[in-house]
Amino acid sequence: MNGIPLEQGLIVAGLLFALGAAGVLIRRDVLFILLSLEIMINAAGLAFVTAGAMWLQPDGQVMFVFILAVAAVEVAVGLALVLWLYHWFRTLDVDRASRMRG
Amino acid sequence: MTNAFYIASIVALLATLRVITATHAVHALLYFIVSLLAVAVIFLLMGAPFAAALEVIIYAGAIMVLFVFVMMMLNPGPRAVQRERHWLTPRTWAGPAVLAAILAAELVFITAAGTSHTPGAAQVCPAEVGMALFGPYLLGVEMASVLLLAGLVGTYHLSWHLGRRRDNERKREIVP
Repeated sequence: MNGIPLEQGLIVAGLLFALGAAGVLIRRDVLFILLSLEIMINAAGLAFVTAGAMWLQPDGQVMFVFILAVAAVEVAVGLALVLWLYHWFRTLDVDRASRMRG
Repeated sequence: MTNAFYIASIVALLATLRVITATHAVHALLYFIVSLLAVAVIFLLMGAPFAAALEVIIYAGAIMVLFVFVMMMLNPGPRAVQRERHWLTPRTWAGPAVLAAILAAELVFITAAGTSHTPGAAQVCPAEVGMALFGPYLLGVEMASVLLLAGLVGTYHLSWHLGRRRDNERKREIVP
C-alpha cells in the first residue's frame, strides 16, 4: 500500500458516479446530460484504477484505456445527435424531443 | 500523501457538483475540466502515472475540445462578441481558477517533496500496462479499434446528412 486509503478512492468514485446520475436526472439540457454521462464514465474509470492499485495489477489501467475509447466514441456520436436535435427542434431541451414519430 | 488525496478528492467533488448545477454550458465545461484534472492528481497519487497522463491528454485535452466545438457551433450570432466580453469577467473564471490553483499547488508540493512515488511503495508503471495491453488483452484492443471505427463511420454518416440538408436550405433561400 502506498499510504493512500484506497477504499476511500472507491468511495470518491461512488460519490462522483452519484453526482453524474443526479445530473442526468435533474438536467433537461442535452449537453448537460452528455456531460453527466461523462462524469459517470470517469467515475467508473476511477473505480477501475483504484481497484488496480489495490491489487497492484496493471489490469485496472488497461480497463481505463478501454473506458477512454468508449467515452470518446460515445461523445462523438452523441454530439452528432445533439447537432441533429438542434437542427430539428431549434432547442437543446430533451423534453421537446420526447415524442416518437411513425 | 493522504492529505493530498483528500484535497484532490474534495476538489473533484466540488467541481463536479458545480458541473451539474451550472446554468451556463461553458461554466460547466470549465468546472468539468478541473474535475478531470483533480481525478488525474488522484491517479498520480495512487501510483498510476500512465492513467493520469491519459486522463489529462485524452479526456481533458481531446474529448473536451469536441464539447467546446459543438458548443460554439450551437451559439452563433451577433451577440457573440458581447458574450465573449462577458466571459472575460473574473466572476466567470474565478471559481475554476481557484480550484485549479489548489491542484497546481498540490502537484508542486508533491514534486518538491519527491514523494510522487514513495520509496518502496506500489506503483504500476506504464511498461507493465503496455505489456498487459498487448499481451492478454490483445483481443480487447482489437475490439476497441473496431468500436472506434464504428464511431467514426456513424459520426460521418450523421454529419454528412446534416451538411447536405443545410446546403439544400441555403440554396432554397438563395433561389427565390
